[in-house]
Amino acid sequence: MSLTTATGSESAPLLSIRRVSRRYGPVIALDDVSLHIARGEFFALLGPSGCGKTTLMRCVAGFETPDSGDLLLDGEDLGGMPPYRRPVNMMFQSYALFPHLDVFENVAFGLRRQGLNKDTIAGRVRALLQLTQLDSYGLRKINELSGGQRQRVALARALAPGPRLLLLDEPLGALDRKLREETQFHLKKIQRETGTSFMIVTHDQDEALALADRVAVMRAGRIEQVASPNDIYERPATRFVAGFVGDTNFIDGVVVLDSGPYLLTDFGRIALSSCCLPDGARATLSVRPEDIHARRDGPGISGIIEEFVFRGDNTLLRVSVGNDVILRVATWDMRFSVGESVRLQFPLDTPALFAETT
Amino acid sequence: MKKNPTLTRGQRLVLLAPYLWIFAFLLAPLILVLKISVSHTILARPPYRPIFELSDGVDGFWTKAQTFTFDAYRILFTDSLYINAYVSSLTIAAVATLVTLLVAYPFALAMARAPESWRPFLIGLAAAPFWTSFLIRVYAWIALLKDEGLINNSLIALGLIDAPIQMFATRFAVVVGIVYSYLPFMLLPLFAALERQDPALREASADLGATPAQTFLRVTLPLSREGIIAGVLLVFIPAVGEFVIPDLLGGSDTLMIGRTLWNDFFANHDWPTASAAAVLLLVLLIAPLAALERMRFGQKDLRP
Repeated sequence: MSLTTATGSESAPLLSIRRVSRRYGPVIALDDVSLHIARGEFFALLGPSGCGKTTLMRCVAGFETPDSGDLLLDGEDLGGMPPYRRPVNMMFQSYALFPHLDVFENVAFGLRRQGLNKDTIAGRVRALLQLTQLDSYGLRKINELSGGQRQRVALARALAPGPRLLLLDEPLGALDRKLREETQFHLKKIQRETGTSFMIVTHDQDEALALADRVAVMRAGRIEQVASPNDIYERPATRFVAGFVGDTNFIDGVVVLDSGPYLLTDFGRIALSSCCLPDGARATLSVRPEDIHARRDGPGISGIIEEFVFRGDNTLLRVSVGNDVILRVATWDMRFSVGESVRLQFPLDTPALFAETT
Repeated sequence: MKKNPTLTRGQRLVLLAPYLWIFAFLLAPLILVLKISVSHTILARPPYRPIFELSDGVDGFWTKAQTFTFDAYRILFTDSLYINAYVSSLTIAAVATLVTLLVAYPFALAMARAPESWRPFLIGLAAAPFWTSFLIRVYAWIALLKDEGLINNSLIALGLIDAPIQMFATRFAVVVGIVYSYLPFMLLPLFAALERQDPALREASADLGATPAQTFLRVTLPLSREGIIAGVLLVFIPAVGEFVIPDLLGGSDTLMIGRTLWNDFFANHDWPTASAAAVLLLVLLIAPLAALERMRFGQKDLRP
């Protein structure tokens, strides 16, 4: 522990997940996962269902016990500590609000277990209800609340005991689209105001990118990449991350390290900004639809517009570039029409190049 | 839901069926009992008057109705036999219901927390006693409880006691018999209430710092209230009027209203007093039932 104090507690991680594994019979839910979450951070675990993200969160909360590996909170080993002693709280996906208690008592539940006096509890509950815009709902029963209100009660209840780390399991999953965006801002604001570290589990990439300071993308019990939302999107570490987060084109080809590296594809050459793969390696390039520019003429790969999908803020073109390859291109130009021939220009920066094996 | 739904003729007929059933088999007999309870006892067959006949007409009906008397009720409230029988019945039923609840709750909890694939089997086990005659199962308790019964003999053989403990023909035996016989009626509603509880609620409680004991008292128990009320009603009400169990296990000292009533009908041929005792029992039971029902329906809107 002297090592961590030497570097100062500021930089010591709040939560250290070290080589945690968990299996259910033949299914490996967590495969040697290591992660660090910093103090005050908004951290997102992102992945498809069944990738192990919920299992990992439940290990932190204490509802699951890892088969191997350690969990340390502020340097303290959480192993063997029952959920009711852990200084973390969880907001459940189903909210798990107590139907026999009113809003006030739901929020006060954790505080009452701490044996605080009545006035302290009442003051703290009132402050939390205000924070979550539920001021006048204290005496309401849970079944008298809308979905959005229940979500806020669940958040207030989980925040009430003052957890060092708040776990949020798909917190916006049950809300409709419009409410979700509003709630995202609200969550972020509350996280900033309370200074609590948040760890959120979600399968929704938009949610993870919008909310988190850092995102861990998980797949089949393993962590594929941990990075800022921007890096996850712009510099995906694996083909899976590129495909899971955001919309993309996967272009297969062979790397040629000639005068300036390029990818030789079935429909032409795409220049590569940098390349760490050997000459002649088979590789896949991921290019976002909005990074390909479509023009009527000029240089670039030629193609024919097969489909034209209006998406409100932009338009998605499906462009056939020959050999049965269709590229998806986003454009703001509305004047294209189906059957027209276009020239496609690829971005100069191409960080998302993956060797065939990935 | 519409306030005044227009029903087809078929729907009306279907709705009529349960009302007819209740009238024919519940309300009509009850009216008869009520009538007998205000009649006079005589040595005849049937042993009461007046008896109404269609030939009486309206005037005859009124003349006969003038002879109605509340003597039978007066006896109930003055004769200590009846008062004691009521008090004893209510006490034994209350104690037995409480014991049944305490015994059934852990069982129900274990069933509700068992793996889902086991539950149908466990429910089957809980209902298994119904495959044997109720009477035979109560008789079997005599063999267990009597002085030279299995329990006393075992305890003597083990050297724990020197002389048999008197268990048979006591109130204790009646309580044991009621607890044993009515356990499934407590178990099943408790199980239904506990099984319905979202396991995430217990996790949320633990997550918020509640120890397992606190989680039980603050979450599991209050949320099983409906099951407790249903189980208590299902055990307490029939237990108060129970006749077979006190008759077989209670011996001559154990006074319960069911037996008193039976004696009045069949031994004393005092139908009016027996009817009045039955009516009073009904009134005594309806009051707590209505109160508990109200609690249960008041609770309904709390469910998620």
